[in-house]
Amino acid sequence: MLTLDFATIFHGRYADWLLAGALTTLALFAVSWVMGFVLSLLVVSARSSGVKLLQAVAFAFVGYHRNVPGLVQLFVWYFGIPQFLPDAWQMWINAHGSEFIFGCIALSLNAAAYMSEDLRSGMRSLPPSQLEAARALGLSYVSAMRKVLLPQAIRVAVPPLVNQSLGLFKATSLAMAIGVAEMTYATHQIENETFKTFEAFAVASVFYWVFSFLLMALGHRANRWLRPRGSR
Amino acid sequence: MLQILHDYGLLLLIGQYPEGPLGGLALTLILAVTGLVCSFPLAVLVGVARTSRIRAIYLPVSTLVHAIRGLPVLLIIFWAYFIVPLVIGRSISGVTTVICALVVYELAFMGEVVRAGIEAIPKGQVEASRSLGLNYFQTMRRVVLPQALYQMLPSILNQFINLIKNTSLGYIISVNELTYSAYQINAQLLTRPFEVYAILAVIYFLLCWSLGLCMSWIEKRIKRDRQVRLRSAS
Repeated sequence: MLTLDFATIFHGRYADWLLAGALTTLALFAVSWVMGFVLSLLVVSARSSGVKLLQAVAFAFVGYHRNVPGLVQLFVWYFGIPQFLPDAWQMWINAHGSEFIFGCIALSLNAAAYMSEDLRSGMRSLPPSQLEAARALGLSYVSAMRKVLLPQAIRVAVPPLVNQSLGLFKATSLAMAIGVAEMTYATHQIENETFKTFEAFAVASVFYWVFSFLLMALGHRANRWLRPRGSR
Repeated sequence: MLQILHDYGLLLLIGQYPEGPLGGLALTLILAVTGLVCSFPLAVLVGVARTSRIRAIYLPVSTLVHAIRGLPVLLIIFWAYFIVPLVIGRSISGVTTVICALVVYELAFMGEVVRAGIEAIPKGQVEASRSLGLNYFQTMRRVVLPQALYQMLPSILNQFINLIKNTSLGYIISVNELTYSAYQINAQLLTRPFEVYAILAVIYFLLCWSLGLCMSWIEKRIKRDRQVRLRSAS
């Protein structure tokens, strides 16, 4: 029968790998989330701008990222894009960890596409007269978006955005395929060396569970904070 | 790009078949369809259990669903690679591993779809059928589920699209599906990674996008059906 031995993987370099993996996963998630969220605001503004070209670009952007597997998006960035970059850029990127950089780019673009869809359905829940009213009051399109529409759309979109953030957190594990030493990569590595399969996967699972539930709890909290004052 | 398609198109489509094992797009589709077919009955059970009022039923099932939803698919694949051979007592192929992992994953996600479908059926119908003398199981089987499943068709198709995208993870454990075929082609050519992966992305895009179009078409039809029925009922 199975005898468990967590001591091995919690010692020496295996412990270091696990810790580094956990930190890399969190860094990947944090950077991609912030970049993805900012980008999604741009995408959703472009999509409701009424300018045909901008709308088409945003539509294609969302369509590509929703219909192609995340893993393939990572491959396109990591293996495909460098062939178009000037040598100096390639050297710089390689010197600063190309895996992590391209991983962040691919993950944040992917997250931006999904988040922008959530924001768009949040936006659709607002009456169109709001934009007209804001424009009539003298706000430009950009400031009407920034000060009137987006804050409300975000509030409506918080529950799906939390779900999307959870999706992004889990999607960081895909980065192992291009060699980012995140949590899944580290456990796979440890499993290969120690054959403590159950222990390694159990540690990784607990890690993902803990942060998934933290994210969900945070989303619950955010939902309460963002509710307008005075409403129940 | 056309040159690559000309030289390796067949490999992307069916792998080394008939000389070698079936692979490429064909294997991707087989994995996704098998995953859908195997997980569907289980997902219905999960969905029904999640709406049950008996604690001993819904608590363990809900825990399982949340546990699965909190893990990356990749980790579920690794777990399947480890656990399934322990359970059945012999080692399994990569294809079986991926199917097992996708079934477990879909069980949780499609289970939620089924649950939402069941909850969308007006309560009055359950009460009506119960007062007509049908028991719980008869009510589920003859009244609730047929309607719920019909209205869930678009969501099920959406899950199928998700499954197709998730089969790409088979690459990690060297299952010879579409992504892995592209990887092999890239390893042979070496100099044109962007072209190879762009072709790969386009294939996935066309597949998932056309399924997405089907999905919105079905969605519209179901909505229209419902309106017609409402109007004829009133």
